[in-house]
Amino acid sequence: MSVIPDTPDPFIRDRGGPAQPLLSVSGLFKHFPVRKSGGKKQVVRAVDGVDFEVLKGETLGIVGESGCGKSTTAKLLMGLIERDTGTLLYDGQPVGERSMPWRAYRRQVQMVFQDSYASLNPRMTVEQSIAFGPKVNGVPGRQAVERARALLARVGLEPKRFAGRYPHEISGGQRQRVNIARSLALEPRLVLLDEAVSALDKSVEAQVLNLLLDLKQEFGLTYIFISHDLNVVRFISDRVMVMYLGRVSEIGPSDAVLAAPMHPYTRALLASMPSLDPNNRTQAALLAGDPPNPIDPPSGCRFHPRCSLAEPVCSQIEPPLETIAPLHRVACLARQPGSGHSAAPAGALAA
Amino acid sequence: MLLYILKRLVAVTPVAFGVSIVCFLLVHLAPGDPLSAILPADATQQTIDDMRAAYGFDKPLPVQYLIWLWHVLHGDLGVSIATGRPVLGEVSRAVVNSLILASVATALGFTFGVLFGFVAGYRRNSLADRVASALSVFGVSVPHYWLGMVMVIVFSATLGWLPPTGAGPDGSGNWRPDFDHLRYLILPAVTMSVIPTGIIARTVRALVADILAQDFVEALRAKGMDELGVFKHVVRNAAPTALAIMGLQLGYLLGGSILIETVFAWPGTGFLLNAAIFQRDLPLLQGSILVLAMFFVLLNLVVDVMQTALDPRIERA
Amino acid sequence: MSVPVTAASVALDGGVVTAPEALPESGAFVASRGFWGHVVHRLVRDPVAVAAGAVILIVIVIACLSPWITPMDPYKGSMLRRLKPVADATYWLGSDELGRDMISRLMLGSRLSLFIGVTPVVIAFVIGSAIGILAGYVGGWTNTILMRTIDVFFAFPSVLLAIALSGALGAGIFNSIVSLTCVFVPQIARVAESVTTGIRKRDYIDAAKLSGASPLTIMRVQVLGNVLGPIFVYSTSLISVSMILASGLSFLGLGVRPPEPEWGLMLNTLRTAIYVNPVVAALPGLCIFIVSISFNIFSDGLRNAMEIRQ
Repeated sequence: MSVIPDTPDPFIRDRGGPAQPLLSVSGLFKHFPVRKSGGKKQVVRAVDGVDFEVLKGETLGIVGESGCGKSTTAKLLMGLIERDTGTLLYDGQPVGERSMPWRAYRRQVQMVFQDSYASLNPRMTVEQSIAFGPKVNGVPGRQAVERARALLARVGLEPKRFAGRYPHEISGGQRQRVNIARSLALEPRLVLLDEAVSALDKSVEAQVLNLLLDLKQEFGLTYIFISHDLNVVRFISDRVMVMYLGRVSEIGPSDAVLAAPMHPYTRALLASMPSLDPNNRTQAALLAGDPPNPIDPPSGCRFHPRCSLAEPVCSQIEPPLETIAPLHRVACLARQPGSGHSAAPAGALAA
Repeated sequence: MLLYILKRLVAVTPVAFGVSIVCFLLVHLAPGDPLSAILPADATQQTIDDMRAAYGFDKPLPVQYLIWLWHVLHGDLGVSIATGRPVLGEVSRAVVNSLILASVATALGFTFGVLFGFVAGYRRNSLADRVASALSVFGVSVPHYWLGMVMVIVFSATLGWLPPTGAGPDGSGNWRPDFDHLRYLILPAVTMSVIPTGIIARTVRALVADILAQDFVEALRAKGMDELGVFKHVVRNAAPTALAIMGLQLGYLLGGSILIETVFAWPGTGFLLNAAIFQRDLPLLQGSILVLAMFFVLLNLVVDVMQTALDPRIERA
Repeated sequence: MSVPVTAASVALDGGVVTAPEALPESGAFVASRGFWGHVVHRLVRDPVAVAAGAVILIVIVIACLSPWITPMDPYKGSMLRRLKPVADATYWLGSDELGRDMISRLMLGSRLSLFIGVTPVVIAFVIGSAIGILAGYVGGWTNTILMRTIDVFFAFPSVLLAIALSGALGAGIFNSIVSLTCVFVPQIARVAESVTTGIRKRDYIDAAKLSGASPLTIMRVQVLGNVLGPIFVYSTSLISVSMILASGLSFLGLGVRPPEPEWGLMLNTLRTAIYVNPVVAALPGLCIFIVSISFNIFSDGLRNAMEIRQ
């Protein structure tokens, strides 16, 4: 159901049917040039060969430490920064080409930013901020404002009280609700939430997460949910993708990935998570130190300097992302048959 | 460090070129023929054309610029139309006088500015702080040429303590470091020092207040350091910025001295500029401005390098 | 489900941005002052700034009305009544070196002094903002070329640049305004560039891009409103300097020409009178000082009032 009646949808909402991924990302690269002292030109390998798919109606969680390329990936998916190489297929259509120009794509894919204050224009009322998108897309002023009010009501902010307020006059949780309302104003199918609840208090975070689940159901949305908080990701995601230094190390159903992680990095991340269960105290930190410098990543598997399973072969071969269980793909030599790693399972697909 | 200086030099070169272009174009901004001041009113077209050719004014502008630049790089700033003497000599003599005045004014301004700034920064919102901030607003808002006149009215015309104009008793154009000449320096230098006093006081106040609010000062006190020791730390942290501001102020005073020099008839660059403008002595005008601007660019460079050398927090890469 | 059309939403129909002031006071909203409302609210609580603003206002009123309210003819001199002291029975603030009434000339002089002091900043605000916002918003090579050119002008101390340009162009009101404009354009452009570059990196600009708005719309709706305020405040802080410099150029004989009354020029012609009647000789400078310091204080107050949460 569309929130706003009588708004003709200019796009065919669904092309490829439910089985076709809503978004397919392949071979995504983004290197940022940096100049170090001595004048040598170097690059930060922010996103260094990322492939994944987002299925229709799911929530894909993306996790990783800061600097792993999560946010760069988000900006690449939105076209806010230009990708070096790689293809984005939106419902089977290559994004940025004639059949699916960025403008059309962005009407269907929207984003919520982490900083609720910086992502709202301080000189606009919340209503103006929400109505801006529809207005520039040709919705007449009055209808755009009506849509903004309806959305405000839908995200739990009474229009009469909040429509005319400025961002600095409302709380962080309320601002993030406004940002969510704005992202829905163009009636998108895919919403990218980049650390959207990370800056909120725990109690507010829970409310906003529940709101996101309700909205997803009501509008038939698909989410990409980027966070460093595994608890939140576990709560909201159907599938989880773990990133490390610009590459995907593991992707699969969240039950499988978070309950029985295959990649040593995912294990380490889970082990470092604070636990509320007194009988299940955190072990000695498995993840020591900071991630290595993405300017000069380690050879072979990027995780090997910090990995408990590391063997000489890990510094020589870069592990490919391979399916080792249904829907579960891992980039770790210790899990891949015939990789040369001593812990590798024998035989094909011995999950 | 040497590498850093080299880098700064490379970075400053295009600016220096830009400055030379602006100075060159100044003459061509002037309405009418640049030669009109020296040509007799009844000059024939033939004479005019000859003169134009002699001065190179018949060539296209870029060529004229390159020829001019070539001469400038060899120390030839042309010949003053009014006096017939080389511009470089005239300017150098004036620059020395201006530099004396500006340096003394900067030193005065630095001393008082730092003093007020420290008191105000240490005792924020006290009476001393308010007086200091009122003083700094006064310093940047007062028309200094008027302040100079008031000084002359009070200390020369009314009290008769100090001479109103000139650089020395003999009316000579050169300042010498003796008591008689010193008396002539006092009024213009004090007048000129008001601006840097205000600006330095404001900067130092902010710096000191900022440093005192930092955690490391708390830590120093917590580990039992006495106030004198803390003060030393504050000075060490505030010094690079304060000195940099002082250096820049010297440049501003040197370049902006024309009004005060006119009021006090001080035989410096400002006075020279004034003469050049009213005699429409364009080569002299061009030369003085080029020298002053280049001095300012160089001073900026020196300040930059010194600040970097003094402040370990600025990365030299 | 449809939302009933309220009076307020009808009133909001129109441009993309409705000025905060235009919000209806119908009670449909919780009262919200908007940005400028907050600024004014805070400014009026700053007594020093209000006093400075009042002085400026009075001077502006005098300047506007001066042709009709001067007690005597500001141009008519009298050789017999030269340099009368302040508090003279006829000449309230004395008379000048040609026997003209000082108070009348000071009142009429406020016109030209304000005009030649404020106009360069106004023009420079327009040109400098345009250059700086363009450089900041477009970035890349455009930015590099524009800002490096601007850097050249920063190699001149502003007084020197003003006098150099004025000296080359020759005396006159127009030339003096042109020279001072050239002095302030680079300064305003540099501030505008840095403010715009800062705003351009904000998430709400990205959000606006994602909504499909054209660069021009983003510039107009999302960027301008946020950059013009800080640039405006910076520009008001330049008026003080501009007044001093403009009158300074007249003082040197490069600006307004006699017999027009202008404070800097009057100060110059009265220099000969400092031994005869020092108080009268200093009066025009006092006027420049009062107006200049008022602009400075008011600008400081405005800046403080605008430091709402950013």
